[in-house]
This record gives sequence, C-alpha cells and structure tokens, in this order.
Amino acid sequence: MRLSDTLRFARDAATGYPMRTALSVFAMAIGVAAVVLLTALGDGARRYVVGQFSALGTNLVMVLPGRTGTGGFNPATAITSTPRDLTVDDAAAVKRATSVLRVAPLLVGTSEINFAGRLREVMVAGTVADYFAIRDFQVAQGDILPDEDWNRGASVAVIGNKIRQELFGNTPAVGQLVRIGDRRVRVIGVLKSTGQGLGMNTDELVIVPVSLALSMFNTNTLFRVLVEARNRELIPQAKEQTLAIIKQRHRGEEDITVITQDAVLATFDKLLGALTLAVAGIAAISLAVAGILVMNVMLVAVTQRTGEIGLLKALGAPARTIRLAFLSEAAMLSAVGALLGYLLGQLGAFILRQIFPVFPAYPPDWAVIAGLGTAIGTGLLFGFLPARRAARLDPVQALMKH
Amino acid sequence: MALIELSGIERRFLLGDTTVNALAGLNLSIAAGEYVAVMGPSGSGKSTLLNLLGLLDRPNAGSYRLEGRDVTTLSADEQATVRSLRIGFVFQSFHLVPRLSAAENIALPMMLAGIAPAERKQRVSQALINFGLENRADHKPDQLSGGQRQRVAIARATIMQPALILADEPTGNLDRHTGDEVVNLLEALNASGVTLVVVTHDQRMGARARRQLVMEDGRLKFDSAVDAAV
Ligand SMILES: Nc1ncnc2c1ncn2[C@@H]1O[C@H](COP(=O)(O)OP(=O)(O)O)[C@@H](O)[C@H]1O
Ligand SMILES: [Mg+2]
Repeated sequence: MRLSDTLRFARDAATGYPMRTALSVFAMAIGVAAVVLLTALGDGARRYVVGQFSALGTNLVMVLPGRTGTGGFNPATAITSTPRDLTVDDAAAVKRATSVLRVAPLLVGTSEINFAGRLREVMVAGTVADYFAIRDFQVAQGDILPDEDWNRGASVAVIGNKIRQELFGNTPAVGQLVRIGDRRVRVIGVLKSTGQGLGMNTDELVIVPVSLALSMFNTNTLFRVLVEARNRELIPQAKEQTLAIIKQRHRGEEDITVITQDAVLATFDKLLGALTLAVAGIAAISLAVAGILVMNVMLVAVTQRTGEIGLLKALGAPARTIRLAFLSEAAMLSAVGALLGYLLGQLGAFILRQIFPVFPAYPPDWAVIAGLGTAIGTGLLFGFLPARRAARLDPVQALMKH
Repeated sequence: MALIELSGIERRFLLGDTTVNALAGLNLSIAAGEYVAVMGPSGSGKSTLLNLLGLLDRPNAGSYRLEGRDVTTLSADEQATVRSLRIGFVFQSFHLVPRLSAAENIALPMMLAGIAPAERKQRVSQALINFGLENRADHKPDQLSGGQRQRVAIARATIMQPALILADEPTGNLDRHTGDEVVNLLEALNASGVTLVVVTHDQRMGARARRQLVMEDGRLKFDSAVDAAV
C-alpha cells in the first residue's frame, strides 16, 4: 500500500470512531500541555531570579563572612558561623583598593517599629550612604542616609513605602520620631516604591546607619560587604584586592568568601535549570500515561475492527500493511494530541504572562521539542503492540467477528 | 491443467478435548472457468473448504496446487499476494468497511495492492457502471440496500480481475429476488471466464451451477462431474 493511502486510511479510521479518538488525543494533549506549561513556569522562575540578580547592581562583588567552597556559591552554607568577625573596619579598609569604586557594609535583622502605638515587625538593614548608589535605591521623600563616619552613625532611618503607609497613613513621615526596638530614631526619608525585589522587599524595609544596627542587634559582625568595582573589567581585580585586604586584616587567615555576582547568578541559573528539568520529568510521566492510554485505545480499536482486519487480509493485505495502518493511526492520534497540547500549553503560558506580567513564563525550546518528541515517541511505542496484534490475527477467525 | 488441485486434504480443529475433522481425505480438481456449487448440511465443512481454497487457512495434511503451483508451502505474505492478484471473495455478510463509501470499498483491493490512484479511479468508475452503482458511488454501506451492498462486494471481488471467485452463501442475507440478481451477476462473471465456486444452502441456486458438490462430515459425498463421467 502507498504511504499516502496508508495515512489516509489511518486518518479515516481515526475519525470513524470520534469518541475514542477524542479521548486519546485529549490525554496526549494534556500531557504535552503539562510539559509546556510546567517548564514555562520553571524556566520563568529561573529567568525571573536571574533578572532580579542582574538588577542587584552591576560590577558587584560580595564579601560573606566564613569560608565556603572555592568559587562557587552554595546558598545552604552561605550563612555560616564565622571564625572571625567581618567588621565595619574591614569594609572601610576595602575602600582603599584601587579597583573599588564604592563599598557598603551590610547587616540585616528583624526588629519592631513603633509609631504612636502602631507596631509592626520589620526587616532592618544597617548600612551606609553608598549602599543606595550601589543598589540604585532612591527616595521618594526626604533624604538617603547621611555620608558620615561609619562607626558613629546618627539615629536616623529611611523607611519603605509600605511601612510609611501603615505607620503614618496620609500624614508626613519625614521628620517623625519612631521607635525601632529600644531606640528612638528619626525618619529622614521614604524609599521609592520598587515593587518586589529578590530577598527583601524594599517596601517593607527600614534602613539605618550600620553602627546603629550593630548596637541594636548587639553584634560586631556584618552580614555582607558589598563592593562595587570601578568597571566590569576590574571585577576580578576588585575581588582579589578585597580578599587580600581582609585576609591581611585577619592575620593572613582566609576566613571570608568573596563572590562575584556572576558566580551567584550561575549557581541560581543551574539550580533553577535543574528544577525546570525535574518538573519537565514529572510532566513527562503524564505523557507516558497518555501513551499507555493510546495503547489501550488502539487495542480496543483492534478488537472493534477485527472483522475489518480479516477482510483486509482476505483482500491481500500483507502483515506489514496492517501493522503500518494501525501504527500510523496511533502516531496520528499522538501527533494531533501533541500539537493540540502544545497550543494549549502556549495558551496557558500566555494567560499566565497576562496575569503576572513580571513573570516571564515562556517554555524553553528544549522542553517543547522534548515534549512533542516524547508524545509522538510514546504514541509509536505503545502503538506497536496493538499494531502487531492486528497483523497477527488469523484471517478466518477475524472474518467471523462481524 | 486444472486451476485447483486438492489431494488428501485434512483439516482438523481442536474443540476442547475432541478433534473435529472439518475436512477429511478430500481430493478435488476444478478446471479454469468452471462454475461449481458446494452444498451440504451445516457443519459439513463447506466454509472450511472455501477458506482453504482462498488461502485464508492451511490444511493439516495434503497438498493444494493453484494454477499448477503448490501454495500450501508459501509464506503468509506470499499467500497474501496470491489472494490479492488471483482470488476474489464474496461473503454472506458482505463485509464492507462501514466508514468507506461504495467507491472506496470497491477500490480497497487496488489500494492495498499499491495501484496508482488515477488507475484506481478509472477502474472503479467502470465497475460502478458495470454493477449499476453509478449513483451510489459516494454512499456509505448503511445507506445501501442489501442487494446493493452485495453488488459492491462483488465489484470489489472482481476489481483485481482474479482468476477465481469464492462466494460463501452470497445470497444468504438477501431475499429471493435480490438473491437472483446477485446470482445472475456472478454467473455473468463466470461466463466471461472467471472460475466460480459458490457455497450455498439453496437447492435451486445449486442446481443452476454446471457442477455440484455435496459435502457431508468433511467428505465429498457427491460430485456431479464424477457422476457424469461414469
Ligand atoms: N475455528 C474452528 N474451531 C473449531 N471448530 C471449527 C472451526 N471452524 C470450523 N469448525 C468446525 O468444523 C466443522 C465444519 O465447519 P464449517 O466449514 O464452517 O461448516 P459449514 O460451512 O459447512 O457449515 C464444524 O463442525 C465446525 O464446528
Ligand atoms: Mg459455512
């Protein structure tokens, strides 16, 4: 039988039984749609995080207390107990490096903020004026932190917009005295609302001078030192110099970790890439289920059409022709299902992007290709058994079933 | 040379613990162009014989020579080729493919044989005219009467211009009038040179054949050709 005839015959056979055809096409479509949509979610998350990290500021080098593995950044061990404090003076010393443009020590903790009896928990960041330039934070009202001696900061605070709203409502916030923990602090500025950022939401952040935060949390060690290199080419040099300076200050002991943004990015990229792959794997299981369904549907088809198979044999069809006809039918069911699922998945991703515009929910190409490939592959694989069964039927027996 | 030569054919079926001798020690020779009616009570082995002649089934013993060639030793696919090119089947229950139109049903053997669509089309339209089905070409089997269905089936059986047509109770599902029409068609085909073997219950129809075989318990009980010779 000619290929075009085989395909047409298979198509007519499939459309001749709309119910079971619809069922298997639908199952296959759901499987592929799941792959497309879930990988769109996973990859969207990856892109989102990478995008957020890129927005952290360019040319950034981060200093973490404690020693972690070389080069890489492991989120699980990033916050470790430190053998030696990473201090404000360490950070100040890094400023001397020729490749460094700005330095900002950073300390983070939670505390309570209180104004006129209104109380809420906040995240407090202790840092310095340059932090605003490094992170590109801007104030909507008032001023950023004053450029002053890092060890003798004023009792002032720059607050996030949401905190301003909750504490002050429509009355002006700048100039007011608030209580943070057991300190009385004057609000000198309100951050411009930036929406969500990675890690901390600036709308709910309170920024105070680093010296104030250190005494507030009764500690000597910093959470991070952010170092901005003069330009992109100087990032490796800034990393080296930063490490050398602090190592020297720590009596030659390398008890800090210096990472570049690229390393963090690469790690998150890998991590979330693996997550997407895992999600795709889970979705692929639904494809296998769909394949098994196609097999059952085709087995039913063979039973339903036993008489027809007998007839085809009587009319001179060799086993190969019958096998091909049924295999084509299974392939068609899965191909149409895969295509439909692809469209469904893309539609779902599109709707997701409409609802969450910041979330780049695009399925990666590899997932689309793998999803479609697996669908048609399983269709063929599971179509093989019924096709073989059809081809092996005894013609006399088959003809009696009519 | 005979078209069909059966000698010492045995066909046994296992039914539980018992063996049924559907055909036993069967010797039969049919010349090209003959018109043979196979009769006999139900269960006497008529259909089994026809299936063997049509290469749908293999004997347990004995030899079958078709056009001088031993066909029992052929592989399944080789037998399929012989069926495709040399044998046409007509069944009691028509066996049309329900989703295909009359024209497509008639074209089916040619499609399976890989004949080009243009030639198929031309041969089908000729067949539709020959069998008075011009106006039914696009009808599905369920839109056709019994007589029309059997005419489609006969058109299909002859479309590959076979040497042999095997019909198993072709009028069994038809009323007397349409049955006669179908028999007339088959006889016209035989008149044009095709060998015709018809299984029938109907004495009247059997009597129209030039040669009658009567089966009983898997054996040939009566062969009019032998009687004529004696
Ligand atoms: N596939 C089979 N399995 C078991 N017994 C069969 C089978 N086919 C035919 N027979 C038996 O063989 C005998 C002849 O059957 P068949 O050729 O169909 O008779 P007829 O067509 O003359 O009525 C019957 O006894 C029948 O029961
Ligand atoms: Mg019978």
